[in-house]
Amino acid sequence: MTMTMPNAETTTGTEATQMTPDTSTRTLTLAKAINAGLHRALTDDPKVVLLGEDIGALGGVFRVTSDLLAEFGHRRVIDTPLAESAIIGMAVGLAYRGYRPVAEIQFDGFIYPGFDQIVSQVAKLHYRTQGAVKMPITIRVPFGGGIGAAEHHSESPEAYFTHTSGLRVIAVSNPQDAYSLIRQAIASDDPVLYFEPKRRYHAKGEVIPELGASMERATIVAPGTDVTLVTYGPLVPTARDAALAAADEGVSIEVIDLRSLSPVDYPTLEASVRKTGRLVVTHEANRTGGIGGEIIASLTESCFNYLESAPVRVTGFDIPYPAAKLESHHLPDLDRILDGIDTAMGR
Amino acid sequence: MLESSPEFVQLITPDGVRVANPELDPWVADVTDEQLAALYEDMVVVRRIDTEATALQRQGELGLWPPLLGQEAAQIGSVRATRDDDFIFPSYRENAVAYARGVPFADIVRVWRGNAQSGWDPYEHQLAAPNIIIGAQTLHAVGWAVGAKHDGVDSVAVTYFGDGATSEGDVNEAMIFAASFQAPVVFFCQNNHWAISEPVGLQAVQSIADRAPGFGIPSLRVDGNDVLAVIAATRIGLDRARRGEGPTFIEAVTYRMGPHTTADDPTRYRDKAELEAWKLKDPILRVQRLLESRGVLTPELEARTQATADTVAAELRAGCIDMPDPEPLTVFDNVYATPNATLNRERDRYAAYLSSFDSSNTESTGGRS
Repeated sequence: MTMTMPNAETTTGTEATQMTPDTSTRTLTLAKAINAGLHRALTDDPKVVLLGEDIGALGGVFRVTSDLLAEFGHRRVIDTPLAESAIIGMAVGLAYRGYRPVAEIQFDGFIYPGFDQIVSQVAKLHYRTQGAVKMPITIRVPFGGGIGAAEHHSESPEAYFTHTSGLRVIAVSNPQDAYSLIRQAIASDDPVLYFEPKRRYHAKGEVIPELGASMERATIVAPGTDVTLVTYGPLVPTARDAALAAADEGVSIEVIDLRSLSPVDYPTLEASVRKTGRLVVTHEANRTGGIGGEIIASLTESCFNYLESAPVRVTGFDIPYPAAKLESHHLPDLDRILDGIDTAMGR
Repeated sequence: MLESSPEFVQLITPDGVRVANPELDPWVADVTDEQLAALYEDMVVVRRIDTEATALQRQGELGLWPPLLGQEAAQIGSVRATRDDDFIFPSYRENAVAYARGVPFADIVRVWRGNAQSGWDPYEHQLAAPNIIIGAQTLHAVGWAVGAKHDGVDSVAVTYFGDGATSEGDVNEAMIFAASFQAPVVFFCQNNHWAISEPVGLQAVQSIADRAPGFGIPSLRVDGNDVLAVIAATRIGLDRARRGEGPTFIEAVTYRMGPHTTADDPTRYRDKAELEAWKLKDPILRVQRLLESRGVLTPELEARTQATADTVAAELRAGCIDMPDPEPLTVFDNVYATPNATLNRERDRYAAYLSSFDSSNTESTGGRS
């Protein structure tokens, strides 16, 4: 596959880039936007290394690391043997030595063999060493369903990681954020789980090669006054569609893209709920113990007197991810989100 | 045909007799009697540290202590073979390694007093934070070593783990990755025969050193109670790594003479006769005998060595008991390297809660509000 990089991204050096920021806008797919962000990070900082399965010659199963091996070589773009715990553990050792590793986990459902290294090592080493050892590790994870995949290829494991102190958790929804936030994640001195909505990899959008707003900030995707609709990752476009459909029925929806799942940008959410008085949270992940429950609990604590109706969750069911022919029932879609909005509106 | 296992190698017998070994001898030819006496002192001191820490636990000053009794030669011999720029990834029992790496005595017990989760700054001593998750640190050693190789330096990562750890996926994955990347790593396995109550035979039906060649890693099986043989084996591994020849696996055959930790009771699962048999192979005793036979260990030197050990123990004890408890709000420190709004909110609330107990605030807030 061919990949067009923003010209200035490939031709300017690190300092030069900082001195004369390239502001040329390109239309990129979400996957190519991540690739451009990785390219920029590899260019800017010799301590950035990528590691994972099939990320070299193949460019990853989703081609997110396409052409990076050819340009940066096997010491910067490392194809590893097939073992997730070792990929993460090796990243820990590289971080100990001052590197800034970016590990790719091939699919959401394959992250569990690496879970112990993420939870017991990556997340805790800075705390354990009283700040002496930093873990600036980015772990990229394609996540979510909707592509008719085999088992273990469509999961939404983000809540396991938002429950783990010491990690930052990001989920991107559009090419611009994909580019900006991968760069911010890599630059962060904290470990970051970076979730990529695999069914939106081919969504196109304009990308300005800038860092943009802090990755900790939620974005108001569409302003509204009746209901706050909170989501992230693959459901952001669906939520936007729901807002358009609701507008036809005279209901004004404020759509918020969380971007950061840990920490959550509560000030932005609180301001919105205080304005609208109604809250719907939607995600693909299972309902119980999910991010929606945490957000609703927190906003109920802080905004109880502003709420005009009970907050609503529109989520995947409490089931293992189902077979592809059944996934449309499991995944929240436009109609289920509108149904949730109706509930919040008391209709 | 059946493959042969690595030969068990030894340079000092339990009786304190130096035996020749044409393959290992060149690696310790430079070790003088004075240096051997220094190794003897190291081992006496770390055994004294171990005894003192066990006593401190019994007296309620430490929450827990994992004794290294019996493993002094394995730890001292291997760490004394390293260079200062080699980076060590230990488990939690490598307190002799910490001593040899210059960790202040009280800091060795800081973790076990419950004051911190790492007693030292890893970069000050090129010694990673102790790892309690069995075998997890072996992968970190491989990552560090790949980084060192890419940096073009000849520093080596040395990782310590036990016989039980060799059953963990991480240790096996670490060997696969180390071989694949030809990483400059020395895998130093202390086979102390017991993983809490489980005998090594439950982990491995043949010698642990036999496993490494299957991963493409050459291995050595050495008497782990023989400080000289351990130095030789470790130097062989370090030298291979420095010359770009990749990882080496060393099985140091030793014995955990004490309990797994001070919370353990080995009388429930192992024969006293086994312990008695291993006491005859004591790592310190054999060096003492050798030094005595050579006229190096005079009564004066022995007295000086014991006095050094006593001084270290007294300093450790005083440092332990004088260690102040950490301040309550430090519980929030260093969870993240960069500010975290959600956690800061929690910290502020807890700070306000704690301050509500201040006598000056009691009337205005009623203590709890």
